[in-house]
Amino acid sequence: MSIKALRGLLLPAVLLLAGCNTVLMSPSGDVALQQRDLIVTSLLLMLLIIVPVIALTLFFAWRYRASSQRKDYAPEWDHSTVLELLIWSAPLLIIIALGALTWVSTHKLDPYNKLERISAGRQVPADAKPLVIDVVALDWKWLFIYPEQGIATVNEVAAPVDRPIQFRITASNVMNSFFIPALAGQIYAMPGMETQLQAVINKPGQFQGFSANYSGGGFSGMRFTFHGMSEGEFEQWVGQAKASSDALNRDAYLQLAPPSDHQKEHPGDPEPVRRYATVAPGLYDAILNNCVQDPSTCMRGMGHMAAPAAAAPAAGDSHGDGGMADMPGMPAGHSM
Amino acid sequence: MSDHPDLLKLFFGRLTWDALPLHVPIVMVTFAVVMIGALAVLGAITYFRLWGYLWREWFTSIDHKKIGIMYMVLGLVMLLRGFADAVMMRAQQAISFGHSTGYLPPEHYDQIFTAHGVIMIFFVAMPLVTGIMNFVVPLQIGARDVAFPFLNNFSFWMTTAGAMLVMASLFIGEFARTGWLAYPPLSGIGMSPDVGVDYYIWALQVAGVGTLLSGVNLLATIVKMRAPGMRMMQMPVFTWTALCTNVLIVAAFPVLTAVLALLAMDRYVGTHFFTTDLGGDAMMYVNLIWIWGHPEVYILILPAFGIFSEVVSTFSRKRLFGYASMVYATVVITVLSYLVWLHHFFTMGSGASVNSFFGITTMIISIPTGAKIFNWLFTMYRGRIVFEVPMLWTMGFMITFVIGGMTGVMLAVPPADFSLHNSLFLIAHFHNVIIGGVLFGLFAGINFWFPKAFGFRLDPFWGKCSFWFWQIGFWFAFAPLYVLGLMGVTRRLSHFDDPSLQIWFVIAAFGAFLIALGILCMLIQFAVSFRRREQLRDHTGDPWNGRTLEWSTSSPPPAYNFAFTPIVHDNDAWWQMKQRNYRRPLDGYRAIHMPKNTGAGIILAGISAALGFALIWQMWIPAAVSFVALLVVAIGHTFNYQRDYYIPADEVARVETARTELLANHV
Repeated sequence: MSIKALRGLLLPAVLLLAGCNTVLMSPSGDVALQQRDLIVTSLLLMLLIIVPVIALTLFFAWRYRASSQRKDYAPEWDHSTVLELLIWSAPLLIIIALGALTWVSTHKLDPYNKLERISAGRQVPADAKPLVIDVVALDWKWLFIYPEQGIATVNEVAAPVDRPIQFRITASNVMNSFFIPALAGQIYAMPGMETQLQAVINKPGQFQGFSANYSGGGFSGMRFTFHGMSEGEFEQWVGQAKASSDALNRDAYLQLAPPSDHQKEHPGDPEPVRRYATVAPGLYDAILNNCVQDPSTCMRGMGHMAAPAAAAPAAGDSHGDGGMADMPGMPAGHSM
Repeated sequence: MSDHPDLLKLFFGRLTWDALPLHVPIVMVTFAVVMIGALAVLGAITYFRLWGYLWREWFTSIDHKKIGIMYMVLGLVMLLRGFADAVMMRAQQAISFGHSTGYLPPEHYDQIFTAHGVIMIFFVAMPLVTGIMNFVVPLQIGARDVAFPFLNNFSFWMTTAGAMLVMASLFIGEFARTGWLAYPPLSGIGMSPDVGVDYYIWALQVAGVGTLLSGVNLLATIVKMRAPGMRMMQMPVFTWTALCTNVLIVAAFPVLTAVLALLAMDRYVGTHFFTTDLGGDAMMYVNLIWIWGHPEVYILILPAFGIFSEVVSTFSRKRLFGYASMVYATVVITVLSYLVWLHHFFTMGSGASVNSFFGITTMIISIPTGAKIFNWLFTMYRGRIVFEVPMLWTMGFMITFVIGGMTGVMLAVPPADFSLHNSLFLIAHFHNVIIGGVLFGLFAGINFWFPKAFGFRLDPFWGKCSFWFWQIGFWFAFAPLYVLGLMGVTRRLSHFDDPSLQIWFVIAAFGAFLIALGILCMLIQFAVSFRRREQLRDHTGDPWNGRTLEWSTSSPPPAYNFAFTPIVHDNDAWWQMKQRNYRRPLDGYRAIHMPKNTGAGIILAGISAALGFALIWQMWIPAAVSFVALLVVAIGHTFNYQRDYYIPADEVARVETARTELLANHV
């Protein structure tokens, strides 16, 4: 039976789960959709062996119960070359299939790689430029900086439907994990380092995003909303931020970064949405290099304190295919 | 006093009256209950004049059997504490929706999930596993004790000292609020300036000494002290799994010790190993702790696999199918367990090739594990299966564990893990393998070897009640978490917005309630069995028609285990001896050379706990004093030359003759 046919069989179960709002089984972004397919396919591949094992366990337990006094009792029988070959090769075959699937899918869905398709059968146009969003995990809220649009928001992020998005992700202080289940899988947000996530949203709507890595007292409230919008709505949304009277300069950032009074008093409650009409130039790189407070440390080339600059490639050292080598957001200190 | 504030500070460090949680009612009520319970136990011991008995026969004992039993008691007591934490979390998550913030503020809730993880792994699973190995391994290989009997006693008390420090954090100060692995930067001095993380560090460092030494001890025992004739490929499978587990302990625990020492230096003397500036890298901590942490998973599960192997062949009345492939599978898992640690953080942003490598090595582990499952299956095939309680646990394991294994392989596919990582799906997965594998295995082992340890069987009725409550409770508690994981719910949240999630958490809380009944049934089982011990008495020493050497001696075994060291000719040594109509020798006894009890272990561990406590609170004078005391006692102990004695031949003859009469009367 082919995987396709099996998937058809399992579809009712998947739909049932989708019925109770299981976002991972019915996502709205192409990357998350491919990840969903992987979850389902690997589940099916393993059920090929798990179901017979459970059935055989129950069957043997019943058939060979002592009270049945079967005549084929074989107390000394403890070896069969054929069976041994079978019991090692059956899991082996499944793992070969799953291993191949893993290798291919892990490379295809590498969060650093530029997207190849917008959705099934729709390639990304060759000249398409992804929407860049710089993400900073603060204590305990999310800051989103749009370098192209020159705006920033807190706890709200939006993107046009079917336009590739490139998230560049870091953290101010504690490690978090940036996760919008409907859009794409998560990736850690780490201080002094940058990770990336390429994704695309295929349906308009509001989707939950949050930190998926415990980061301290206000962790439960570290939620935000991700909006999938049409191009026009997105322009309006950007305009809304531009109309704000707030500017995200370095001082405003330093005030924003630590836990607010609101969060201290209502730890399960997300910090209210904020919008900034402008962003201080180089702010994201300064956050990444841990030098917002004292810009001079960014310019010194770090020397003996090369930590953030050294740490960023450290995460990517192991990244064989150079996904980070052409990283536009390389820490400023590193380029010195 | 106030004239010498500096001296006071050197003495009491950060410890003040504020450290006592007098203003937190929940903790004070817990404290009162624990204190009343403790006073009742201490009062009873005093009233029945048991202190001398306990000190002479148990606390200072170097008998591997008694130490094994003490480990089990420690593990079961800590299970109650760890489970109480679990119930509190389930209750909080079941009610904390929308406007209700539940009954636990985050700073309290965060300590609870941290303590739950730390206690369940380090002070429940580890002592239970070590305890069973300690009790069973020397008996299975026909030895009279472990290789280093004093070290064994010392190891046990160090583990207990670590557990005491964790317990102390409940009432004096607080525990870490970092999650059970205390990742920096959150566990660094900047984000966690108080004593919680220090409790974590020093409790694990003190207990870690015990674990490492016990690993060395059992390793040497298995390699050097097997009965004559027992080649490696004739060792019982449980002994094989114990060997591999102790190899893992000896190789992995020093990594934990080192990484916690580095974290301690970051916190105490301002180094920058894991900070985000001055060259530190927090991700190095994450790598190192999982280089210990993943083998730790196999340290726990391998002995459970060994228990199932013994149980399934005993109760199928059959040789274990595929002994050699079982052994190779165990060894392969041992080696591979070092090559998979990165699958705990695919989401850190490593490249696709690195992630694929660790994903695929993880999947490869499921091949030998699958082979093991099939081996147990074909041991049942053409057997005559008796469904005693240990066999029920084994059946429950085989069905539960394969599902946990399956979800584990799903998590090993990196892109799938990007969606499932840190979700409640992950929580369900690892409870599925740790409860369904390790804990079910330990319960099978407890029911299986209890008659050997105490001379009477455990009551099967209450054992079956416990089994069914656990089995059904497990699925009620964790199946909803699988679903919630697919709904994108992440772990460690103390509050939720979406009311549609609540029903799943309520079901999970109901599951926890069923598990509580399972635990209660087990406690009743112990009590009922003790009261009915005469009916449940095992006179033969071989209540299950066993296969390995531990069943050849009496229940409980004499201090010297075997009057004559057995000679082994085949696998399943005792089964073969019975087949050949083996007869116990009835004379020719000789004096037996045995190690002598000593109080050095408990004293050293007590001082270590004091040192740990002093370091946690930065009480420098007490720290210095206890450190010096530690050295003095340790060196002093090396001058104790009266460490052994002989059990006279007459005494051996008396014990063995009594057993001969018992066997004649009852068999």
